[in-house]
Amino acid sequence: MKVQLTRRYRFSASHRLHSADLSAEENRRIYGKCNNPYGHGHNYALEVTVGGAVNSSTGMIANLVDLDEFVQREVVEPFDHRYLNEEVAAFQQTVPTTENLCREVFRRLRRFPEAHLERIRIEETGANSFEYAGDPGESQR
Amino acid sequence: MVYLTRKVEFSASHVYHNPEFSAEENRRVFGKCNNPHGHGHNYVLEVTVAGEPDARTGMIIDLQELKGLLQREILERMDHRFLNYEVPELKGRIPTTETVAMTIWGLLEPKIQRARLHRVRLYETPDLFVDCFGDGR
Repeated sequence: MKVQLTRRYRFSASHRLHSADLSAEENRRIYGKCNNPYGHGHNYALEVTVGGAVNSSTGMIANLVDLDEFVQREVVEPFDHRYLNEEVAAFQQTVPTTENLCREVFRRLRRFPEAHLERIRIEETGANSFEYAGDPGESQR
Repeated sequence: MVYLTRKVEFSASHVYHNPEFSAEENRRVFGKCNNPHGHGHNYVLEVTVAGEPDARTGMIIDLQELKGLLQREILERMDHRFLNYEVPELKGRIPTTETVAMTIWGLLEPKIQRARLHRVRLYETPDLFVDCFGDGR
């Protein structure tokens, strides 16, 4: 039997979708309102799914206190109430779409030592959600 | 293959305590969940079965049968119970969400006839759930 545990977290952050590789006109056309120069924000919900063997003395895949502390430190603290474009190094060159946000969050969380990171899911709004489970052959960074 | 999911809710209490650990270790590993009087949750259980729809009925499973099975096997066993003491399958085990979900899988899987049990998803709170899948996933 395969068992996976999913925990849900929240953070609020602002971003602006703007690519330095595109002209001002193209940026406006492709990103629409999301290209507004001052940025805008979302209440993000993040689901983190880990899998692995259930420890027979604790009944757990991973201790939730440890998982919460790890996700808090790696993602919630550095992202919550921040302007992603300016305050998270990874987005100074990369457009902080939720697709790219998924990759960055996955990259940070895959180092969780107690269990295997299966996938993450980010809801940007109640209507848009994105999932990422890593890419085949991607190196463990 | 078509997947059908049925949702039921039950409320139950539990405590996390391993008699092989010292009192201090129990508190450290299980935190508030080690409070000796226990605490409770409103669990939400989603059971997903998979199969091909029957040519005559258009169904992969008779929903009434599935509803009855969940009532008999899960709700009557676990609803408004103290899981550690009142559910024989959980006696002597630590009823984490993982353990309860795996126990539910074990109770349902052999009793689902026409379709195949695909997934058991158990929410302990809206922010925490566990999925179980069979080996043939």
